[in-house]
Amino acid sequence: MNSVLKRNPTELAALATPLVEGLLRLGDNALVLSQRLSAWCGHGPAIEEDMALTNVALDLLGQSRMWLTLAGNAEGAGRDEDALAYRRDANQFRNVLLNELPDEDYARTIVRQFFFDVWHYFLLERLSHSSHSEIAAIAAKSLKEVTYHVRRASDMMVRLGDGTAESHRRMQDAVDALWPYTGELFVDDAIDLEWDKQHWGPKVSALREAWLEHVAQVMTEASLAVPAPEAAMHAAFRGGRSGRHTEHLGYLLAEMQFLQRAYPGASW
Amino acid sequence: MIDAQQVMGWLQEVADPEIPVLSIVDLGIVREVSWEQEVCVVTITPTYSGCPAIFEISRAIEQCLLAHEIKSVRIDTRIAPAWTTDWMTEQGHSALKSYGIAPPVQRAVDISGIIRRPAMPAVPCPQCGSKSTRLVSDFGSTSCKALYRCSDCREPFDYFKTH
Repeated sequence: MNSVLKRNPTELAALATPLVEGLLRLGDNALVLSQRLSAWCGHGPAIEEDMALTNVALDLLGQSRMWLTLAGNAEGAGRDEDALAYRRDANQFRNVLLNELPDEDYARTIVRQFFFDVWHYFLLERLSHSSHSEIAAIAAKSLKEVTYHVRRASDMMVRLGDGTAESHRRMQDAVDALWPYTGELFVDDAIDLEWDKQHWGPKVSALREAWLEHVAQVMTEASLAVPAPEAAMHAAFRGGRSGRHTEHLGYLLAEMQFLQRAYPGASW
Repeated sequence: MIDAQQVMGWLQEVADPEIPVLSIVDLGIVREVSWEQEVCVVTITPTYSGCPAIFEISRAIEQCLLAHEIKSVRIDTRIAPAWTTDWMTEQGHSALKSYGIAPPVQRAVDISGIIRRPAMPAVPCPQCGSKSTRLVSDFGSTSCKALYRCSDCREPFDYFKTH
């Protein structure tokens, strides 16, 4: 029995928003990154890369379905995973900006994945001890998959960062371009504080130390320079978690949602 | 009412759609069989979050039990505790091996944690048995498999990775 169900109805209604909002963040992070990675299907620079990225995309899609289903149930307005994935507009999405950025260079795909996977790993580890039994169950299941993701992403950082002069340059460029977006991963807002208070999940600020330690360790091995922490502090590089997105998300959704927008309710 | 053990026996006939030699019982995804009045309830634990085989498997379970004269079947899913390759049976391991897929060589606990490069025992080649094999990629043709190559017989092969 999860802790939400034991409360009285009035209290439950007041809690619904932070719970749903937090679940949408989890579901949307996985969904949007999955969509980005899926675009590499058939276009990967090597067959092993193509398969790895699409396998990771598939894991993330499955995780997103569980989170969005739970969000729809918690909301209680009759929206299922499909309604949430295909019939919300960009300003209703709650993913971090990092995950919606376009794949301008393969190095960016790898670096983005690395930054996100490490954060995702530590987040899921904490969520697997959630007081909310369904959150804990989804997190524990996802964590097993993400352990493989973070391992691969870390290895790729080293292979390409410490590879040729060109691969090194492109990886460092990608690190410098994406680093400012990592600030958003660790800035608490009212939703995070409520999750912490209810023991549903951690404050995101609490993940920063472990994240930075792993990231710095791998980047040092990869002979990549770790940018200064202040470079990730600018507010212009965050907002996705409360629905303020870059222009890129709209294009991503236009493609992802086309069929359900053109033919609402279409199914296989 | 038919004995749950008997139903479990029938479920041995239901194969994983991607690996037809492996039954879902040996794959370790059938948690329990119970009865609610006339309804036979089969509880399964899905493998990977995104694995599309789960739809096929649910349908195949239903068809199998209906063919054994069970009138009504319901499939429940249970995600906690999460599925692990530790739940695969010995029979499952041998079925994989004879099909050309190397079975898991470790327990799930051995690969958990954020360790960069976990100590990995040799994965014997399912074709020639050589232990001189090399990991090509942790991600293979399906979610559950990694890609290996044998340094002796030179054949590539799938490894059912520890999960």
